[in-house]
Amino acid sequence: MSELSHEPVLQQFPDAEWDKAAGAVIVPLGQARTMAEWLLGQGVDYCSNVTGVDYLEREVKEKITNDAGEMETVTRTEPARIDVVYHLYSMQNKTGPLVLKQRTSRDNAEAESLTPVWRSCDLQEREVFDLFGVNFKGHPDQRRILMWDEFEGHPMRKDYTEPFDYEWEPTPHNEILEKHQKGKVIV
Amino acid sequence: MSTAATPNYELIQQDGLETNLLEVSMGPHHPSTHGVFRMDVKLDGETVVDLRPVFGYLHRNHEKLAENMSYLSSMPFTDRLDYFNSMTNNWAYALAAEKLIEVEVPERAEYLRVIMAELTRLVNHVSLVGFFINDLGALGTPLLYAFREREKILDLFEQASGARMMCNYFRFGGLRNDVPEGWLERAAKVVDHFPSFLDEYEQLLCENEIILSRTQGVGNLPRELAISAGVTGPMLRASGVAYDLRKVDQYGIYDRFKFRVPYTDGDTGDCYDRFMIRMLEMRESIEILKQALAGIPEGEIMGNAPRVFKPKPAESYGRIEGPKGELGFYLIADGTPKPYRYRVRPPSLINLTVLRDMCLGGKIADAVIILGSIDIVLGEVDR
Repeated sequence: MSELSHEPVLQQFPDAEWDKAAGAVIVPLGQARTMAEWLLGQGVDYCSNVTGVDYLEREVKEKITNDAGEMETVTRTEPARIDVVYHLYSMQNKTGPLVLKQRTSRDNAEAESLTPVWRSCDLQEREVFDLFGVNFKGHPDQRRILMWDEFEGHPMRKDYTEPFDYEWEPTPHNEILEKHQKGKVIV
Repeated sequence: MSTAATPNYELIQQDGLETNLLEVSMGPHHPSTHGVFRMDVKLDGETVVDLRPVFGYLHRNHEKLAENMSYLSSMPFTDRLDYFNSMTNNWAYALAAEKLIEVEVPERAEYLRVIMAELTRLVNHVSLVGFFINDLGALGTPLLYAFREREKILDLFEQASGARMMCNYFRFGGLRNDVPEGWLERAAKVVDHFPSFLDEYEQLLCENEIILSRTQGVGNLPRELAISAGVTGPMLRASGVAYDLRKVDQYGIYDRFKFRVPYTDGDTGDCYDRFMIRMLEMRESIEILKQALAGIPEGEIMGNAPRVFKPKPAESYGRIEGPKGELGFYLIADGTPKPYRYRVRPPSLINLTVLRDMCLGGKIADAVIILGSIDIVLGEVDR
Protein backbone atom coordinates (compact mmCIF):
# COMPACT_ATOMS: atom_id res chain seq x y z
CA MET A 1 0.00 0.00 0.00
CA SER A 2 1.34 3.38 -0.94
CA GLU A 3 1.64 6.12 1.60
CA LEU A 4 -0.80 8.96 1.87
CA SER A 5 1.44 12.01 1.79
CA HIS A 6 1.10 14.73 4.39
CA GLU A 7 2.76 17.38 2.19
CA PRO A 8 -0.43 18.58 0.45
CA VAL A 9 -2.12 18.96 3.83
CA LEU A 10 0.69 21.15 5.11
CA GLN A 11 0.57 23.23 1.93
CA GLN A 12 -3.19 23.72 2.17
CA PHE A 13 -3.08 24.46 5.90
CA PRO A 14 0.12 26.40 6.64
CA ASP A 15 -0.65 26.50 10.37
CA ALA A 16 -0.58 22.73 10.64
CA GLU A 17 2.53 21.16 12.11
CA TRP A 18 4.24 17.94 11.15
CA ASP A 19 5.29 15.83 14.13
CA LYS A 20 8.06 13.77 12.63
CA ALA A 21 8.65 11.47 15.60
CA ALA A 22 5.01 10.43 15.72
CA GLY A 23 4.40 10.67 11.99
CA ALA A 24 1.32 12.79 12.55
CA VAL A 25 -0.15 16.09 11.42
CA ILE A 26 -0.99 18.35 14.35
CA VAL A 27 -4.24 20.07 13.45
CA PRO A 28 -4.29 23.82 14.20
CA LEU A 29 -6.86 24.92 16.72
CA GLY A 30 -10.36 25.27 15.29
CA GLN A 31 -9.52 23.98 11.82
CA ALA A 32 -10.18 20.26 12.32
CA ARG A 33 -13.57 20.25 10.65
CA THR A 34 -12.39 22.33 7.67
CA MET A 35 -9.38 20.11 7.25
CA ALA A 36 -11.48 16.95 7.43
CA GLU A 37 -13.90 18.24 4.83
CA TRP A 38 -11.02 19.20 2.55
CA LEU A 39 -9.46 15.75 2.99
CA LEU A 40 -12.78 14.06 2.21
CA GLY A 41 -12.84 16.05 -1.02
CA GLN A 42 -9.34 14.74 -1.79
CA GLY A 43 -10.59 11.15 -1.62
CA VAL A 44 -9.71 10.35 1.99
CA ASP A 45 -13.03 8.65 2.54
CA TYR A 46 -12.32 6.24 5.37
CA CYS A 47 -11.55 7.09 8.99
CA SER A 48 -10.31 3.90 10.51
CA ASN A 49 -9.40 4.60 14.08
CA VAL A 50 -10.19 7.37 16.57
CA THR A 51 -8.69 7.43 20.00
CA GLY A 52 -7.32 9.62 22.74
CA VAL A 53 -3.92 9.78 24.39
CA ASP A 54 -3.44 11.37 27.77
CA TYR A 55 -0.13 13.06 28.63
CA LEU A 56 0.54 14.31 32.13
CA GLU A 57 2.88 17.21 32.72
CA ARG A 58 6.39 15.85 32.43
CA GLU A 59 10.01 16.81 32.15
CA VAL A 60 11.77 15.97 28.94
CA LYS A 61 15.53 15.86 28.58
CA GLU A 62 16.75 16.92 25.19
CA LYS A 63 20.16 17.14 23.59
CA ILE A 64 20.58 20.34 21.63
CA THR A 65 23.44 22.18 20.03
CA ASN A 66 23.94 25.60 21.58
CA ASP A 67 25.26 28.74 19.93
CA ALA A 68 28.87 27.79 20.60
CA GLY A 69 28.33 24.55 18.72
CA GLU A 70 28.51 22.30 21.79
CA MET A 71 26.10 19.52 22.68
CA GLU A 72 24.05 20.35 25.72
CA THR A 73 21.36 18.54 27.66
CA VAL A 74 18.39 20.73 28.42
CA THR A 75 15.46 19.87 30.63
CA ARG A 76 12.17 21.41 29.69
CA THR A 77 8.68 20.92 31.02
CA GLU A 78 6.12 19.67 28.59
CA PRO A 79 2.63 20.81 29.51
CA ALA A 80 -0.14 18.28 30.16
CA ARG A 81 -2.39 17.63 27.21
CA ILE A 82 -4.76 15.18 25.56
CA ASP A 83 -4.35 14.17 21.93
CA VAL A 84 -7.29 12.96 19.88
CA VAL A 85 -5.81 10.76 17.16
CA TYR A 86 -7.42 9.94 13.82
CA HIS A 87 -6.08 7.31 11.42
CA LEU A 88 -7.27 8.07 7.90
CA TYR A 89 -7.17 6.00 4.74
CA SER A 90 -8.45 6.34 1.23
CA MET A 91 -10.51 3.39 0.12
CA GLN A 92 -10.87 4.56 -3.48
CA ASN A 93 -7.14 5.20 -3.98
CA LYS A 94 -6.04 2.44 -1.60
CA THR A 95 -3.59 4.71 0.21
CA GLY A 96 -2.86 5.49 3.82
CA PRO A 97 -2.47 6.02 6.64
CA LEU A 98 -2.55 9.70 7.40
CA VAL A 99 -2.55 10.49 11.10
CA LEU A 100 -4.26 13.62 12.42
CA LYS A 101 -3.97 14.81 15.98
CA GLN A 102 -6.16 17.35 17.71
CA ARG A 103 -4.44 18.74 20.78
CA THR A 104 -6.35 19.98 23.77
CA SER A 105 -5.72 20.86 27.38
CA ARG A 106 -6.52 18.35 30.10
CA ASP A 107 -8.57 20.60 32.37
CA ASN A 108 -11.12 21.74 29.85
CA ALA A 109 -10.69 19.15 27.15
CA GLU A 110 -12.52 20.09 23.99
CA ALA A 111 -12.15 19.02 20.38
CA GLU A 112 -14.09 19.34 17.17
CA SER A 113 -16.21 16.36 16.26
CA LEU A 114 -15.50 14.85 12.86
CA THR A 115 -18.61 12.64 12.95
CA PRO A 116 -20.43 14.87 10.43
CA VAL A 117 -17.59 14.13 7.97
CA TRP A 118 -16.94 10.46 8.68
CA ARG A 119 -19.73 8.51 10.35
CA SER A 120 -17.22 5.99 11.72
CA CYS A 121 -16.15 8.57 14.31
CA ASP A 122 -19.58 8.38 15.94
CA LEU A 123 -19.12 5.55 18.43
CA GLN A 124 -15.37 6.05 18.73
CA GLU A 125 -15.66 9.72 19.69
CA ARG A 126 -18.28 8.74 22.23
CA GLU A 127 -15.72 6.34 23.62
CA VAL A 128 -13.08 9.07 23.84
CA PHE A 129 -15.62 11.30 25.59
CA ASP A 130 -16.44 8.48 28.00
CA LEU A 131 -12.95 7.27 28.85
CA PHE A 132 -10.91 10.48 28.44
CA GLY A 133 -13.47 13.19 29.09
CA VAL A 134 -12.98 15.13 25.86
CA ASN A 135 -15.97 17.22 24.83
CA PHE A 136 -16.67 16.96 21.11
CA LYS A 137 -18.25 20.08 19.65
CA GLY A 138 -20.80 19.17 17.02
CA HIS A 139 -21.20 15.52 17.93
CA PRO A 140 -24.82 14.52 17.29
CA ASP A 141 -25.21 12.14 20.22
CA GLN A 142 -22.56 12.54 22.87
CA ARG A 143 -23.24 10.18 25.76
CA ARG A 144 -21.25 7.70 27.77
CA ILE A 145 -20.88 4.48 25.85
CA LEU A 146 -18.99 1.87 27.87
CA MET A 147 -19.37 3.12 31.44
CA TRP A 148 -22.78 3.65 32.98
CA ASP A 149 -24.38 7.08 33.01
CA GLU A 150 -23.90 7.75 36.72
CA PHE A 151 -20.21 6.94 36.59
CA GLU A 152 -17.88 9.70 37.75
CA GLY A 153 -14.48 10.34 36.22
CA HIS A 154 -12.73 9.15 33.10
CA PRO A 155 -10.91 5.86 33.62
CA MET A 156 -8.38 6.07 30.77
CA ARG A 157 -6.80 9.22 32.13
CA LYS A 158 -3.39 8.50 33.54
CA ASP A 159 -4.16 9.99 36.95
CA TYR A 160 -7.49 8.22 37.45
CA THR A 161 -7.87 6.43 40.78
CA GLU A 162 -10.54 3.89 41.47
CA PRO A 163 -13.15 4.73 44.08
CA PHE A 164 -13.16 2.83 47.36
CA ASP A 165 -16.35 1.05 46.38
CA TYR A 166 -18.09 1.59 43.04
CA GLU A 167 -21.55 0.79 44.39
CA TRP A 168 -21.32 2.48 47.76
CA GLU A 169 -24.22 4.72 48.69
CA PRO A 170 -24.33 6.94 51.78
CA THR A 171 -26.44 5.64 54.63
CA PRO A 172 -28.31 7.88 57.06
CA HIS A 173 -26.07 6.76 59.90
CA ASN A 174 -23.60 9.57 60.30
CA GLU A 175 -21.25 7.61 62.46
CA ILE A 176 -20.86 4.86 59.87
CA LEU A 177 -20.51 7.46 57.14
CA GLU A 178 -17.66 9.14 58.97
CA LYS A 179 -15.92 5.85 59.65
CA HIS A 180 -16.33 4.91 56.04
CA GLN A 181 -14.75 8.10 54.90
CA LYS A 182 -11.77 7.32 57.08
CA GLY A 183 -11.61 3.92 55.42
CA LYS A 184 -12.45 1.94 58.56
CA VAL A 185 -15.70 0.33 57.48
CA ILE A 186 -15.92 -1.84 54.42
CA VAL A 187 -19.52 -1.77 53.28
CA MET B 1 -22.10 14.08 4.64
CA SER B 2 -23.55 10.78 3.64
CA THR B 3 -26.14 9.29 5.89
CA ALA B 4 -28.97 6.94 5.09
CA ALA B 5 -32.26 8.68 4.52
CA THR B 6 -34.34 8.19 7.63
CA PRO B 7 -37.72 6.87 6.54
CA ASN B 8 -40.31 9.57 6.90
CA TYR B 9 -42.45 7.77 9.37
CA GLU B 10 -45.91 8.81 10.51
CA LEU B 11 -48.17 7.19 13.01
CA ILE B 12 -50.89 5.21 11.37
CA GLN B 13 -54.28 6.29 12.56
CA GLN B 14 -56.84 3.63 12.03
CA ASP B 15 -60.48 4.68 12.26
CA GLY B 16 -59.41 7.79 14.10
CA LEU B 17 -57.76 5.75 16.87
CA GLU B 18 -54.29 6.82 17.91
CA THR B 19 -51.85 4.08 18.70
CA ASN B 20 -49.00 4.30 21.18
CA LEU B 21 -45.42 3.41 20.48
CA LEU B 22 -44.14 0.42 22.38
CA GLU B 23 -40.66 0.51 23.85
CA VAL B 24 -38.94 -2.84 24.09
CA SER B 25 -35.58 -3.46 25.65
CA MET B 26 -34.08 -6.37 23.71
CA GLY B 27 -31.31 -7.89 25.74
CA PRO B 28 -28.88 -7.91 27.44
CA HIS B 29 -29.94 -11.50 28.11
CA HIS B 30 -31.48 -12.45 24.82
CA PRO B 31 -30.15 -15.33 22.71
CA SER B 32 -30.28 -13.33 19.50
CA THR B 33 -27.95 -10.64 20.82
CA HIS B 34 -24.96 -13.01 20.82
CA GLY B 35 -23.88 -12.08 24.31
CA VAL B 36 -24.69 -9.12 26.50
CA PHE B 37 -25.74 -6.53 23.98
CA ARG B 38 -28.90 -4.49 24.37
CA MET B 39 -31.08 -2.71 21.85
CA ASP B 40 -33.66 -0.19 22.99
CA VAL B 41 -36.28 -0.52 20.28
CA LYS B 42 -39.32 1.66 19.71
CA LEU B 43 -42.06 -0.18 17.90
CA ASP B 44 -45.21 0.79 16.14
CA GLY B 45 -46.97 -2.52 15.87
CA GLU B 46 -44.19 -4.68 14.52
CA THR B 47 -42.33 -1.90 12.74
CA VAL B 48 -39.14 -0.47 14.17
CA VAL B 49 -39.33 3.32 14.39
CA ASP B 50 -36.27 3.88 16.56
CA LEU B 51 -33.38 1.80 17.77
CA ARG B 52 -30.59 2.60 20.18
CA PRO B 53 -27.77 0.14 20.80
CA VAL B 54 -26.53 0.02 24.41
CA PHE B 55 -22.99 -1.16 25.10
CA GLY B 56 -20.75 -1.76 28.04
CA TYR B 57 -22.07 -4.82 29.85
CA LEU B 58 -18.82 -6.70 29.23
CA HIS B 59 -16.51 -3.71 29.60
CA ARG B 60 -13.32 -4.44 31.54
CA ASN B 61 -11.06 -1.70 30.17
CA HIS B 62 -8.75 -4.02 28.32
CA GLU B 63 -6.69 -1.05 27.14
CA LYS B 64 -5.90 0.16 30.64
CA LEU B 65 -4.94 -3.36 31.70
CA ALA B 66 -2.50 -3.62 28.80
CA GLU B 67 -0.93 -0.25 29.60
CA ASN B 68 0.11 -1.58 32.99
CA MET B 69 2.00 -4.66 31.84
CA SER B 70 4.82 -5.49 29.47
CA TYR B 71 4.19 -5.83 25.73
CA LEU B 72 4.25 -9.61 25.72
CA SER B 73 2.05 -9.96 28.81
CA SER B 74 -0.99 -8.63 27.03
CA MET B 75 -0.73 -11.17 24.21
CA PRO B 76 -2.97 -13.69 26.07
CA PHE B 77 -5.47 -10.90 26.73
CA THR B 78 -5.91 -10.30 23.01
CA ASP B 79 -7.33 -13.84 22.80
CA ARG B 80 -10.23 -12.67 24.94
CA LEU B 81 -11.22 -9.82 22.63
CA ASP B 82 -12.85 -11.79 19.87
CA TYR B 83 -12.87 -15.21 21.45
CA PHE B 84 -13.78 -16.93 18.20
CA ASN B 85 -10.66 -15.69 16.45
CA SER B 86 -7.81 -15.64 18.93
CA MET B 87 -5.22 -16.40 16.23
CA THR B 88 -6.00 -13.33 14.14
CA ASN B 89 -6.15 -11.13 17.24
CA ASN B 90 -2.67 -12.35 18.15
CA TRP B 91 -1.45 -11.57 14.66
CA ALA B 92 -2.76 -8.01 14.63
CA TYR B 93 -1.09 -7.26 17.94
CA ALA B 94 2.17 -8.93 16.90
CA LEU B 95 2.14 -6.91 13.68
CA ALA B 96 1.83 -3.61 15.54
CA ALA B 97 4.55 -4.51 18.04
CA GLU B 98 6.89 -5.85 15.36
CA LYS B 99 6.75 -2.45 13.69
CA LEU B 100 8.12 -0.96 16.91
CA ILE B 101 11.02 -3.37 17.41
CA GLU B 102 11.74 -4.13 13.76
CA VAL B 103 12.25 -7.87 13.90
CA GLU B 104 12.30 -10.29 10.99
CA VAL B 105 9.81 -13.14 11.02
CA PRO B 106 11.20 -16.43 9.67
CA GLU B 107 9.73 -17.98 6.55
CA ARG B 108 8.13 -20.99 8.21
CA ALA B 109 6.49 -18.83 10.85
CA GLU B 110 5.01 -16.60 8.14
CA TYR B 111 3.48 -19.63 6.45
CA LEU B 112 2.11 -20.98 9.72
CA ARG B 113 0.65 -17.56 10.50
CA VAL B 114 -1.24 -17.56 7.22
CA ILE B 115 -2.43 -21.13 7.81
CA MET B 116 -3.67 -20.30 11.31
CA ALA B 117 -5.36 -17.09 10.17
CA GLU B 118 -7.20 -18.78 7.32
CA LEU B 119 -8.28 -21.68 9.53
CA THR B 120 -9.59 -19.05 11.93
CA ARG B 121 -11.51 -17.43 9.11
CA LEU B 122 -13.14 -20.77 8.35
CA VAL B 123 -14.06 -21.21 12.02
CA ASN B 124 -15.53 -17.73 12.24
CA HIS B 125 -17.49 -17.79 9.00
CA VAL B 126 -18.86 -21.28 9.46
CA SER B 127 -20.12 -20.54 12.96
CA LEU B 128 -21.44 -17.13 11.90
CA VAL B 129 -23.49 -18.78 9.16
CA GLY B 130 -24.76 -21.31 11.70
CA PHE B 131 -25.76 -18.60 14.18
CA PHE B 132 -27.30 -16.54 11.42
CA ILE B 133 -29.57 -19.39 10.35
CA ASN B 134 -30.28 -19.95 14.04
CA ASP B 135 -31.49 -16.33 14.27
CA LEU B 136 -33.78 -16.98 11.34
CA GLY B 137 -35.53 -19.63 13.37
CA ALA B 138 -33.91 -22.84 12.19
CA LEU B 139 -32.94 -23.74 15.72
CA GLY B 140 -30.01 -26.06 16.18
CA THR B 141 -29.53 -28.24 13.14
CA PRO B 142 -27.58 -25.95 10.74
CA LEU B 143 -25.61 -24.57 13.68
CA LEU B 144 -24.59 -28.03 14.80
CA TYR B 145 -23.57 -28.98 11.27
CA ALA B 146 -21.32 -25.92 11.37
CA PHE B 147 -20.01 -26.74 14.82
CA ARG B 148 -19.14 -30.27 13.72
CA GLU B 149 -16.72 -28.81 11.16
CA ARG B 150 -15.51 -26.11 13.52
CA GLU B 151 -14.58 -28.77 16.04
CA LYS B 152 -12.14 -30.39 13.61
CA ILE B 153 -10.30 -27.10 13.20
CA LEU B 154 -10.35 -26.42 16.93
CA ASP B 155 -8.72 -29.83 17.40
CA LEU B 156 -5.94 -28.67 15.11
CA PHE B 157 -5.54 -25.50 17.18
CA GLU B 158 -5.36 -27.57 20.33
CA GLN B 159 -2.66 -29.81 18.91
CA ALA B 160 -0.61 -26.81 17.82
CA SER B 161 -1.06 -24.40 20.71
CA GLY B 162 -2.52 -26.42 23.58
CA ALA B 163 -5.83 -24.57 23.68
CA ARG B 164 -8.94 -24.77 21.55
CA MET B 165 -9.97 -21.15 21.70
CA MET B 166 -7.53 -19.14 23.84
CA CYS B 167 -4.54 -20.03 21.67
CA ASN B 168 -1.95 -17.41 22.69
CA TYR B 169 0.19 -18.81 19.89
CA PHE B 170 1.89 -15.81 18.30
CA ARG B 171 5.01 -14.11 19.55
CA PHE B 172 6.80 -10.98 18.38
CA GLY B 173 9.04 -12.24 15.63
CA GLY B 174 7.41 -15.62 15.13
CA LEU B 175 5.39 -18.23 16.94
CA ARG B 176 5.58 -19.78 20.39
CA ASN B 177 6.35 -23.30 19.21
CA ASP B 178 6.45 -25.34 16.05
CA VAL B 179 3.51 -27.53 15.12
CA PRO B 180 3.85 -31.18 16.24
CA GLU B 181 4.82 -33.94 13.87
CA GLY B 182 2.07 -34.94 11.47
CA TRP B 183 0.10 -31.76 12.11
CA LEU B 184 0.44 -30.47 8.56
CA GLU B 185 -0.87 -33.74 7.15
CA ARG B 186 -3.84 -33.66 9.51
CA ALA B 187 -4.50 -30.04 8.58
CA ALA B 188 -4.36 -30.94 4.88
CA LYS B 189 -6.90 -33.67 5.50
CA VAL B 190 -9.30 -31.24 7.20
CA VAL B 191 -8.83 -28.71 4.41
CA ASP B 192 -9.41 -31.35 1.72
CA HIS B 193 -12.62 -32.45 3.37
CA PHE B 194 -13.99 -28.95 3.91
CA PRO B 195 -15.27 -28.24 0.36
CA SER B 196 -17.55 -31.29 0.43
CA PHE B 197 -19.10 -29.96 3.62
CA LEU B 198 -19.50 -26.54 2.01
CA ASP B 199 -21.20 -28.12 -1.00
CA GLU B 200 -23.70 -29.84 1.23
CA TYR B 201 -24.25 -26.72 3.32
CA GLU B 202 -24.78 -24.54 0.27
CA GLN B 203 -27.18 -27.04 -1.22
CA LEU B 204 -29.22 -27.03 1.97
CA LEU B 205 -29.21 -23.30 2.63
CA CYS B 206 -28.45 -21.02 -0.30
CA GLU B 207 -31.60 -21.63 -2.31
CA ASN B 208 -33.87 -22.34 0.60
CA GLU B 209 -37.07 -20.44 0.00
CA ILE B 210 -37.54 -19.34 3.60
CA ILE B 211 -34.00 -18.01 3.82
CA LEU B 212 -34.39 -16.16 0.54
CA SER B 213 -37.64 -14.49 1.54
CA ARG B 214 -36.38 -13.58 5.00
CA THR B 215 -33.02 -12.15 3.96
CA GLN B 216 -33.29 -10.66 0.48
CA GLY B 217 -33.97 -6.93 0.54
CA VAL B 218 -33.67 -6.84 4.32
CA GLY B 219 -31.20 -4.58 6.08
CA ASN B 220 -29.98 -2.68 3.05
CA LEU B 221 -26.65 -0.96 3.44
CA PRO B 222 -25.73 1.47 0.64
CA ARG B 223 -22.11 1.64 -0.45
CA GLU B 224 -21.51 5.32 0.45
CA LEU B 225 -22.85 4.84 3.96
CA ALA B 226 -20.75 1.71 4.44
CA ILE B 227 -17.54 3.53 3.50
CA SER B 228 -18.35 6.62 5.56
CA ALA B 229 -19.28 4.56 8.60
CA GLY B 230 -16.01 2.67 8.50
CA VAL B 231 -17.69 -0.66 7.96
CA THR B 232 -15.05 -3.26 7.06
CA GLY B 233 -14.68 -6.91 6.29
CA PRO B 234 -17.29 -9.12 4.61
CA MET B 235 -19.97 -6.56 5.42
CA LEU B 236 -18.23 -3.87 3.37
CA ARG B 237 -17.62 -6.22 0.45
CA ALA B 238 -21.29 -7.21 0.55
CA SER B 239 -22.05 -3.53 -0.11
CA GLY B 240 -19.98 -3.54 -3.27
CA VAL B 241 -16.51 -2.35 -2.24
CA ALA B 242 -13.61 -4.64 -3.11
CA TYR B 243 -11.43 -3.67 -0.17
CA ASP B 244 -9.53 -6.50 1.46
CA LEU B 245 -6.44 -5.74 3.52
CA ARG B 246 -4.88 -9.01 2.45
CA LYS B 247 -4.75 -7.49 -1.04
CA VAL B 248 -4.35 -3.82 -0.12
CA ASP B 249 -1.71 -4.01 2.61
CA GLN B 250 -0.34 -7.45 1.72
CA TYR B 251 0.87 -7.91 5.28
CA GLY B 252 2.73 -11.11 6.09
CA ILE B 253 3.22 -13.08 2.89
CA TYR B 254 -0.24 -12.68 1.37
CA ASP B 255 1.30 -11.37 -1.85
CA ARG B 256 2.50 -14.89 -2.63
CA PHE B 257 -0.91 -16.53 -2.75
CA LYS B 258 -3.44 -16.54 -5.51
CA PHE B 259 -6.95 -15.88 -4.31
CA ARG B 260 -9.97 -13.83 -5.23
CA VAL B 261 -11.89 -11.29 -3.17
CA PRO B 262 -15.65 -11.85 -3.42
CA TYR B 263 -17.78 -8.71 -3.46
CA THR B 264 -21.23 -7.83 -4.73
CA ASP B 265 -21.94 -6.05 -7.93
CA GLY B 266 -24.59 -3.60 -6.80
CA ASP B 267 -24.59 -0.35 -4.85
CA THR B 268 -26.18 -1.84 -1.79
CA GLY B 269 -25.95 -5.02 0.23
CA ASP B 270 -28.66 -6.89 2.09
CA CYS B 271 -28.54 -9.73 4.62
CA TYR B 272 -28.42 -12.35 1.89
CA ASP B 273 -25.36 -10.70 0.32
CA ARG B 274 -23.58 -10.68 3.65
CA PHE B 275 -24.43 -14.34 4.15
CA MET B 276 -23.27 -15.34 0.66
CA ILE B 277 -20.03 -13.32 0.83
CA ARG B 278 -19.02 -15.42 3.81
CA MET B 279 -19.82 -18.65 2.02
CA LEU B 280 -17.68 -17.53 -0.93
CA GLU B 281 -14.84 -16.32 1.29
CA MET B 282 -14.57 -19.75 2.85
CA ARG B 283 -13.85 -21.19 -0.61
CA GLU B 284 -11.06 -18.65 -1.12
CA SER B 285 -9.62 -19.40 2.32
CA ILE B 286 -9.44 -23.05 1.33
CA GLU B 287 -7.51 -22.06 -1.80
CA ILE B 288 -5.00 -20.10 0.29
CA LEU B 289 -4.70 -22.97 2.75
CA LYS B 290 -3.97 -25.47 0.00
CA GLN B 291 -1.20 -23.27 -1.42
CA ALA B 292 0.26 -22.56 2.02
CA LEU B 293 0.23 -26.18 3.12
CA ALA B 294 1.93 -27.20 -0.12
CA GLY B 295 4.59 -24.49 0.04
CA ILE B 296 5.56 -24.42 3.71
CA PRO B 297 9.33 -24.77 4.18
CA GLU B 298 11.28 -26.31 7.04
CA GLY B 299 13.19 -24.02 9.35
CA GLU B 300 13.09 -21.75 12.37
CA ILE B 301 9.80 -20.46 13.73
CA MET B 302 11.12 -17.72 16.00
CA GLY B 303 13.05 -14.62 14.97
CA ASN B 304 15.66 -12.95 17.09
CA ALA B 305 13.39 -10.98 19.41
CA PRO B 306 13.83 -10.51 23.16
CA ARG B 307 10.97 -11.34 25.51
CA VAL B 308 11.12 -8.06 27.38
CA PHE B 309 12.18 -5.06 25.38
CA LYS B 310 12.16 -1.30 25.56
CA PRO B 311 11.25 0.14 22.18
CA LYS B 312 12.41 3.62 21.30
CA PRO B 313 9.70 6.29 21.59
CA ALA B 314 7.58 5.79 18.49
CA GLU B 315 4.05 5.09 17.33
CA SER B 316 2.76 2.23 15.25
CA TYR B 317 -0.55 1.17 13.84
CA GLY B 318 -0.86 -2.43 12.68
CA ARG B 319 -4.01 -3.67 11.02
CA ILE B 320 -5.05 -6.96 9.49
CA GLU B 321 -8.07 -8.32 7.71
CA GLY B 322 -9.72 -10.14 10.57
CA PRO B 323 -12.69 -12.39 9.84
CA LYS B 324 -15.01 -9.67 11.16
CA GLY B 325 -13.28 -6.72 9.55
CA GLU B 326 -10.27 -4.52 10.02
CA LEU B 327 -8.68 -5.28 13.36
CA GLY B 328 -6.14 -2.64 14.30
CA PHE B 329 -3.74 -2.10 17.17
CA TYR B 330 -2.34 1.34 17.88
CA LEU B 331 0.71 1.39 20.13
CA ILE B 332 2.69 4.30 21.53
CA ALA B 333 6.08 3.39 23.00
CA ASP B 334 7.83 5.72 25.43
CA GLY B 335 11.05 3.84 26.07
CA THR B 336 9.77 1.73 28.95
CA PRO B 337 8.87 -1.98 28.82
CA LYS B 338 5.18 -1.07 28.91
CA PRO B 339 3.20 0.56 26.11
CA TYR B 340 2.30 4.16 26.93
CA ARG B 341 -0.89 3.82 24.94
CA TYR B 342 -2.46 0.64 23.71
CA ARG B 343 -5.58 0.88 21.62
CA VAL B 344 -7.67 -1.76 19.90
CA ARG B 345 -9.68 -0.80 16.85
CA PRO B 346 -12.58 -3.23 17.20
CA PRO B 347 -14.31 -4.08 13.91
CA SER B 348 -17.43 -5.40 15.66
CA LEU B 349 -18.09 -2.11 17.45
CA ILE B 350 -17.57 0.08 14.40
CA ASN B 351 -19.70 -2.16 12.18
CA LEU B 352 -22.52 -1.55 14.66
CA THR B 353 -22.54 2.17 13.75
CA VAL B 354 -24.96 1.43 10.92
CA LEU B 355 -27.26 -0.91 12.86
CA ARG B 356 -29.88 1.78 13.39
CA ASP B 357 -29.85 2.84 9.74
CA MET B 358 -30.37 -0.73 8.58
CA CYS B 359 -33.17 -1.55 11.02
CA LEU B 360 -35.36 1.58 10.74
CA GLY B 361 -38.62 0.96 8.96
CA GLY B 362 -38.23 -2.80 9.06
CA LYS B 363 -39.92 -5.40 11.18
CA ILE B 364 -38.72 -6.29 14.67
CA ALA B 365 -38.00 -9.87 13.55
CA ASP B 366 -35.71 -8.46 10.87
CA ALA B 367 -33.74 -6.49 13.44
CA VAL B 368 -32.67 -9.82 14.90
CA ILE B 369 -31.28 -11.16 11.64
CA ILE B 370 -29.71 -7.83 10.69
CA LEU B 371 -27.78 -7.95 13.94
CA GLY B 372 -26.90 -11.56 13.17
CA SER B 373 -25.60 -10.64 9.73
CA ILE B 374 -23.26 -7.95 11.15
CA ASP B 375 -21.36 -10.63 13.06
CA ILE B 376 -20.47 -9.18 16.45
CA VAL B 377 -18.66 -10.61 19.43
CA LEU B 378 -19.23 -8.77 22.67
CA GLY B 379 -15.77 -9.48 24.03
CA GLU B 380 -14.54 -7.16 21.31
CA VAL B 381 -17.40 -4.64 21.24
CA ASP B 382 -17.11 -3.81 24.93
CA ARG B 383 -13.45 -4.68 25.51
